[in-house]
Amino acid sequence: MAIRRILVANRGEIALRIIRSCEALGIETVLAASKADLGSLPARRATRTVCIGPAQAAASYLKVPTMVQAALGTGCDAIHPGYGFLSERSDFARLCENEGLIFIGPSPDQIEAVGDKLKARAVAIEAGVPVVPGGAAETLADALKLGREIGVPLLVKAVGGGGGRGMKLVEDIDRLEETLALASAEAAAAFGDERVYLERYVARGRHVELQVLGDGAGKVVHLGERDCSVQRRYQKLIEESPAPCLPEGLRDDLRIAGVRFARHLSYRGAGTVEFLVDVDRGEFYFLEMNARIQVEHPVTEEITGIDLIAQQIAIAAGEGLALEQDDIRLTGAAIECRINAEQPARDFAPSPGRVAEARWPVGDGIRVDSHIEAGSMVPPYYDSMIAKVIAHGADRKDAIDRLRQALSGTSITGISTNIAFQAKLLADAEFAAGGVDTGYLARLGAREPTLFEV
Amino acid sequence: MSISSRDLDEIMRLFEQSGFGEMKLEAGDLKLHLRKAGVSSGTAVAIPMQTGSAVPAAMPALPAAPPVGVAVPPLGPGEIDVPSPLLGIYYRAPKPSEPPFVEIGQDVDEDTVIGIVEVMKLMNSVRAGVRGKIVAIHAPNAEMVEFDQPLVRIKAAA
Repeated sequence: MAIRRILVANRGEIALRIIRSCEALGIETVLAASKADLGSLPARRATRTVCIGPAQAAASYLKVPTMVQAALGTGCDAIHPGYGFLSERSDFARLCENEGLIFIGPSPDQIEAVGDKLKARAVAIEAGVPVVPGGAAETLADALKLGREIGVPLLVKAVGGGGGRGMKLVEDIDRLEETLALASAEAAAAFGDERVYLERYVARGRHVELQVLGDGAGKVVHLGERDCSVQRRYQKLIEESPAPCLPEGLRDDLRIAGVRFARHLSYRGAGTVEFLVDVDRGEFYFLEMNARIQVEHPVTEEITGIDLIAQQIAIAAGEGLALEQDDIRLTGAAIECRINAEQPARDFAPSPGRVAEARWPVGDGIRVDSHIEAGSMVPPYYDSMIAKVIAHGADRKDAIDRLRQALSGTSITGISTNIAFQAKLLADAEFAAGGVDTGYLARLGAREPTLFEV
Repeated sequence: MSISSRDLDEIMRLFEQSGFGEMKLEAGDLKLHLRKAGVSSGTAVAIPMQTGSAVPAAMPALPAAPPVGVAVPPLGPGEIDVPSPLLGIYYRAPKPSEPPFVEIGQDVDEDTVIGIVEVMKLMNSVRAGVRGKIVAIHAPNAEMVEFDQPLVRIKAAA
């Protein structure tokens, strides 16, 4: 069924991004906006905008029935959820289906299969995709045997723990037995559950993820991987494609594994299979799959020349996946910086408010995905990301040079941003060398505290 | 489906006689947008859709999304608009066969129900919130209203 009018169930830069692809495809858009976003650029750019609720996301962007009602009431035949908000809510996808609306994304069952970490891990094992070695052990003898298989360093984790609590590091296999006893006793005291399990400890890990597209009938292609290892408290700051300094064999294996995972689910639409690359061991493990378009999708679009939103829409409309793996050419390198309304010097506190002036960079290989212009309001209710600046170059060095040049030509006044901070990161020698792990930014902050005082 | 120029004349004549200020129509490869003089800038304009676009011409016409959030006249002294608490379908009466909750001229108090807003089969009563007299009903029955859209106007009791 052809799609003629899409409800955009999101806000900010991704709403504008979706509207732009729809314009190019001749598809009308209805933006579902909260009261705080009625004056935003996407609200003015959409064919039509409806107000779905007050500023608070819980009463607007996260309201499943309201979103569906808005689509039905405006004659839309499909809903694009963007990322965040309702994008990975299977109940939302299911309600859309029941109401005869096309949910632009995977099936509700697929959202559920990858949304639960344990289910997703089971799918990975079924599909023959490597997961972090580990598991539970019934007896001490089993635990010691498993521990030797996993190898050190390893973690003893409390089943009842989480978020970094209830973990013990074992670096010497001869100390596993006493650590198990200790961890079990502590777990019983702390969580009322003495059960523990073992897991390989990755001292230096990189976040590498594979972009895939599936037709929902078993055909899956990949569009190369992205490296998102520059993170601050699990928030990605810089993303790039291809992942630099990966052993070629590992890169190939990771791409094969990601495709195999998605194919095992007969995945439909655009998705991302995330892996943890164990730098010291030269291995990789499945982490999770994101069943939606990602914030960092532009770096993939830049090196492939493929509009991922248009692909999502085509697949959702039942046109299938016209791309073959051989059609997908990865050209050069692309890097993206997330621009956030925040103050690095004040522990990255959000900095909402009215933008006085906005000067975005232009130039060869430069792309800016943003909904911010002079006079725009950055409301305090939502994520602080206001833009993504992306540079595409012949190689990684070229892309970094262009991105640094682009950031020097970027100026946002009226609110604080992390632009200067990002420019300093791009100038750092370790980042320039490529292949940093997820602990890089924290180490850099400890080594050069002045870096954060911008 | 194709629309001849005679059909167009007829559509425009009907629109001219209607109580509507603006009309959008799509049929086949035709997009028609009519707006009455005085409502805003233009007179009737017909915009042919680009040929060779992604939308095949043979597709059945999609009913144009009705404009909601229609502007209401400025408030007089002591007047208050009751906004819709939700996006949904506004009903003036509990059932199609029954009389409306309120009519113009009717006295209401804070707890008087002035209508229902339905969100996916869930009915939400809307109350006046103020004591006074209904002086206008803004939102059409059984049509979609947006969050915060004025439903009725009340002249508050002194």
